[in-house]
Formats: sequence, structure tokens, C-alpha cells
Amino acid sequence: MFTALSRIIKYGFLGFWRNGWLSTATIVVMILALLVFEGLIIANVVTQTALNSLQDKIDISVYFKGEASEDEILKIKSSLEAMTEVKKADYISKDKALEIFRSRHKEDETISAALEELSENPLAASLNIKAYDPQNYQAINTYLEQDIYKSSIEKISYAKNATVINRLIKIIDTFKNLGFLSTIIFASIAVLITFNTIRLAIYSNREEIGIMRLVGASNFFVRGPYIVEGLIYGIISGLLSFLFIVPFVYYTSHYVEIFIPEMNLWNYIVSNSIILPGYQIIFGISLGIISSSIAIRRYLHI
Amino acid sequence: MIYFDKVSKIYRDNCVALDNVSFAVEPGQFVSIVGHSGAGKSTLLKMILAEEYPTSGQVFFESTDIHSLKPNQVPKFRRRIGNVFQDFRLLPNKTAFENVAFTLEVAGRPQAEIKEFVPQALEMVGLSNKMYNFPRELSGGEKQRVAIARAMINHPDVLIADEPTGNLDPVNTAEIIKILLKINELGTTIILATHNKDIVNELKKRVIILEDGKIIGDEERGKYSLT
Repeated sequence: MFTALSRIIKYGFLGFWRNGWLSTATIVVMILALLVFEGLIIANVVTQTALNSLQDKIDISVYFKGEASEDEILKIKSSLEAMTEVKKADYISKDKALEIFRSRHKEDETISAALEELSENPLAASLNIKAYDPQNYQAINTYLEQDIYKSSIEKISYAKNATVINRLIKIIDTFKNLGFLSTIIFASIAVLITFNTIRLAIYSNREEIGIMRLVGASNFFVRGPYIVEGLIYGIISGLLSFLFIVPFVYYTSHYVEIFIPEMNLWNYIVSNSIILPGYQIIFGISLGIISSSIAIRRYLHI
Repeated sequence: MIYFDKVSKIYRDNCVALDNVSFAVEPGQFVSIVGHSGAGKSTLLKMILAEEYPTSGQVFFESTDIHSLKPNQVPKFRRRIGNVFQDFRLLPNKTAFENVAFTLEVAGRPQAEIKEFVPQALEMVGLSNKMYNFPRELSGGEKQRVAIARAMINHPDVLIADEPTGNLDPVNTAEIIKILLKINELGTTIILATHNKDIVNELKKRVIILEDGKIIGDEERGKYSLT
């Protein structure tokens, strides 16, 4: 068994080396397929981050009447936080709101002067609420519209923003679905092309397979070297495709950051520098092995 | 040793390749099977290798019904039969040495034996100086000699040669036949399919004549009597 295995591995390497051109061509196609695969992973990460950052910008604010006490507001805050849909609720007191307003408009002298004129803080205390899922704002809004809160709540920003929020939800969902669909389509194309390339490589060896069978080689012995070759294809193309993507990301990372400030592609690649090529190699190896096993089957009937 | 019992082979397009063929080959015999192209010679040899299955009838190798072997038993069975073809059928990406060694490797023989026997076999066919050449670097006669070395290395009980001289010039043809006779003298049964009249007449061995899938002659010291 061990002798057979070592002979199979030896012939796998020999076949890979002696069929130099065929091996190179197969590896090039596999690299292209894996680049598509890797591109899909990165594109998914970028869209995910972009969508998350967009989603993060959605929130609703509840403004309280002047007579509502801080205790009352904090009670509403904690009851909101008890809801499963609510990610967080930030309390912004009248003073804090004024402070924010001042710093936002410190360049504008007329506004600063106007504020000085007023004897009392005209801004309302508020709660800024973020939900886990944008779809949940409707429910949070309904919760706040209960009669018991009517006396203390001045207004809820949801009504004003509802159309925008709903449209954003739709856009985010469409993008997620599109991403999923295009991943499936492109991954299938990549798999099919690779499979076909390996099939052709084995097709060109069909006579050899027949000869091996006629001199008494078992299926295991005939198939083995081709599977080893598939394995070598997988490892080499997995590694190379990752190496190709590194400089590409290095140069584009900066441009991506302009559009999506939260996305640092370069850091993503660096922090995943083991997992990503790992995926590539595993994907490459499985593609190589599965394709060659399937492709060789039909020639083993002699 | 090999026994054909009323074997017929009808291909899917209703073409009859073998029609009720029965004969036996004794151990150590040298049998020539002659006939025009399409007479059924190759089909008959393929039956022995379990490459083709009969439509009816049985083919025995000693007491084994060849076509009742399970697929995983076929490789082991084939190691008992050496074969040589008109188109040599060498593995193009392996050297002469590796081609011959391959037969031993698939049989799981140890490396030491391979190192000892393969050069001996190549020497027997006069190719010790071309051991590390690839088939594309060898002439037709040399390729056929590698094929014979490969067929013999396992000491098979039977050697099947399907038009082994079909692609060779007269000098190489005579060489190959000489080697086959030598192998036969050492005790291996040989079944040779050919339509080379001169070879058959010179051999003065048993001749089976096939025409349209039927045996029309079987003589102990036969001649090529087809026109």
C-alpha cells in the first residue's frame, strides 16, 4: 500500500512536470477562476461594510416636551433598552443638545449671537435610538406612540423619515440579494471553466489511461496520479492567485476608503493573510481533485 | 489453457464480429490467427483481455470464465497476460525504462526487483543503450521491442500480439518474430494475429484462419491459405 502510494505521488509529480504546457495552461485557467472567487469574497466584504455603514446612519430620535422630567425620560430609555429590537438608546439632555448645537454652529456668528439673546435653552431633551435591523423602526415607533407616553413626548422623527428609511431598507435588501446571486453565478462559471479545463487535460491522456488498464493497473493506480496532479494544480493556483491580489488591493485600498471610510481593504487583507489564501487553496484543491476524479471516471471502463 | 466455447460477438449495429467460434489453445503453443481486416482477429484477442464481452458463449482462461470476473479482479487477471499491439501503445510521457517498470509497479513489486529486472528485459530485446529515451525518440522497431520487454517482464502465461509487425519494415519484422519465437521457447504461450503471409508460412506453427467471424481452418502446421 505504501509502495503504491509513493509511486502514485511520484507519477503525479512526473506527469505534472512532463506535461509542462498542459499543466501551465490548466493552472492559468484555475488562477483566473480563483481570482473571480477571491474578487467575490472581497466584493462581498466591501458591500457588507458599505451597507452596514449605511444602516448605521439610520436612527430615530424622540424629542421630549419641556416639562418632561429627566427621571421620566430615563425610565422610557430603560424600557426601550429592554426591547429586543433596540440596539441602543442614547439620552441627550437639554444642556447636551445645546452644547452639540453650539459646537456645530460655532463658525456662524449670527446663530451664536441669537443664542446669547435667549434667556432659556430652547432645545428639547431627546433619545437617539438605533435598532439592530432597520425594519424594526416601525415597531419602535408604534411602541413610543402609546398613550402613556403622549404627555411627555413632543415628536418622533420616524414619521418624517419613514419614506427615506423604507427606501434605504429596500436598497440594502436588493444589494444583499444581488450580491448573493452574482456570487452564485460567477462562482458556478469559475467552477465550470476549471472543470472543463481539467477534463480536457485528462481527455488528452485517455489513450494512456487505456494502456495502463491493459497492462493490469487497478483503477486506484490509474486515477491516483491524476488526483495528485489536481492537488498540485490547486495548491499552486491557490497560492499564486492570492499573491496576485495583494498588490492590486494595495493600490486600490486607498480609493475604496474614499467611498467607504469604514473600509480599509489593505488591513482586511493583512489581517486575513492566512485565512484568505487558506480558502483559496482549499477551494483550488477541491476543484482540482473533484474535477479530475469526475473527468477520469469515464475512461476507466476499459 | 485458453478455451473459446461457442463465442459470438454482435456489435450494436448488428455487425457480426465473431460467429460461434470454438477452439482451445494449449500451454506453450504458438498460435497464429490469420484473416483479412475485419475478420474478427482483434475482437477475438480483446475477448481474452476482458476488453470486449461476448454476446453469447464463454471464454475460459484455465478454469476461470474471463467475463464473469468482477471489475476489481480484472487488473490482476490482466497481469498474467502480456500484450503487444500494432501501434505499440507505449506511455508517451514515460521513458523506455519507466514503461517496462510500470508493469511491475502496478503489480506492487518492490523497487529492488524493478532495478534488477527492467534492465535485463531491455537487454534481452537489445535496447540497453536506449533505456532512458522517451518513445518519441525511438524508431518503430525499437518501440515494439520496448513493448515486448514490457509484456514479458511479468513472466506472463500468455503473450498476445495483435499485428505486432504491421507498422514495421521487413528487417524489423524478422527481428520481432525472432524475439517472439525465443519467448515461446522459454515456455510462454503466444497468440499472434497477423495478415502477413510470409511470417505465417515461415513459422510453420499452428494457424487458425478466420473469415467473417467464423473459423474456416485450424491446422497444426499451417500455411497462410487465404487469397
